[in-house]
Amino acid sequence: MQLQAQPQRILLPAKVSFIVLTLALALLFNLLPWRNLVGVPDLTATVLAFWCIHQPRRVGIGIAWTLGLLLDVGNGALLGQYALGYSVLAFLAFAVHRRILWFPPWQQALHMLLLLLSTQMLTLVIRIAAGADFPGWTYFAGSFICAALWPVLSFLLLLPQQRPEIVDENRPI
Amino acid sequence: MDHQPPPFFNRGPAPLVRLTFFVSLAVLLMVLDARFRYAESVRQVVALAAYPIQRVAMAPVDLFNGVVGYFSSTAALRAENAALRAKQLREAPELLQLEALKDENNQLRRLLDARERLPRKSVFAEILYAARDPFSRKVVIDKGSQNGILAGEPVIDDVGVIGQVTRVYLLMSEVTLLSDKDQAIPLQVLRNGLRAVAYGGGESGTLDLRFMAANADIKNGDVLVTSGIDGTYPPGLPVATVARIERDAAYAFARITLTPTAGIDRYRQVLVLSNEAMPPRPAEAEPPARKPGKPKRQRKAG
Repeated sequence: MQLQAQPQRILLPAKVSFIVLTLALALLFNLLPWRNLVGVPDLTATVLAFWCIHQPRRVGIGIAWTLGLLLDVGNGALLGQYALGYSVLAFLAFAVHRRILWFPPWQQALHMLLLLLSTQMLTLVIRIAAGADFPGWTYFAGSFICAALWPVLSFLLLLPQQRPEIVDENRPI
Repeated sequence: MDHQPPPFFNRGPAPLVRLTFFVSLAVLLMVLDARFRYAESVRQVVALAAYPIQRVAMAPVDLFNGVVGYFSSTAALRAENAALRAKQLREAPELLQLEALKDENNQLRRLLDARERLPRKSVFAEILYAARDPFSRKVVIDKGSQNGILAGEPVIDDVGVIGQVTRVYLLMSEVTLLSDKDQAIPLQVLRNGLRAVAYGGGESGTLDLRFMAANADIKNGDVLVTSGIDGTYPPGLPVATVARIERDAAYAFARITLTPTAGIDRYRQVLVLSNEAMPPRPAEAEPPARKPGKPKRQRKAG
């Protein structure tokens, strides 16, 4: 199958303050008191993967590890569990970052599903090795919701970088 | 020949090297945390850094509660007030007698030369949030070591025991609920004084009463209270009721499932009881030599 080259608009450079803001908001979302609600999306992981794909020189494994550690402590989980998961997620996102943007949004979402599921699998294996019980299949529901949110999320996060459409008759392109 | 690439192509270490570094750091932390519990100081520092974020995360919920509270009608408040008044009135005779009974009880205990039951100090706390960790059952409360909370203290609500403080930060504490898989609590059947130990059932939110003989005198609906022999939980606090008993001749023990009395989903207010009223523990005997390479898992209670 040959990929259809889609018209891509040239984006403005991303602002560091916007990256920090979105990551902080996603972290806040994760730390909201969710009780034991099933299938709450791991928004931090999704936003992190988004920036690892779109800004691989600014957001990388180090930031992923730090965010993971904050979540570990905030959730009272095994220290290093999320840190490890997010590091691997950032690495996987970095590995696919050149390729994934050629796909239409729903295929990107499939890529993300795979990435998020592998991160969750890793966390699951670690916790079971540390002596926890299998929490049930609904544990993976968050990843599917995250993947479904991916097209919307990537549109929203790219919004500040969109150029205003200025019609210039004299410009050649 | 010392040829360096120009600095504008420099992207630092390769991704795989970075991944290896951070993964080994995380694994190191995990091993320290899970096996040796050396990572507590790291956790304390990170917790202090995360505290402002957590408080901000609580704000929308507080706002929502505030708005809901503002719009709750006067009629509902009046009805609740009336119900509370009636409850207070119903309980008044027992409360009035309680002081007299306490005195009498202490006097009788003195007569019997038994130790007096000492009052415990308690700290009022609110549940901030339930930790979002699908592998364990914990809640975080808003009082920490600054309010004199210590790890190991029991936590109760108005109807029964909900769990035990397992980790204390400066301004918050983690409470492990009784239904957590690694939590155990010594109990006593209220009806006949039979003692047992209940373990958390994990995901199901129930408790398991293990190692009870198949012919033990226990029935559906029996109320279990803390026995107090562990020195952690004060005796006589309601904990659970028997929900189901399976007696199978193939096993030496009965399978008994309990439903916890206290519900953490209903109220946010809890009481942390202090341990300090307990007399000092007798000097422990020389602990048996541990096998190297396989450290024993710690049980918090029991």
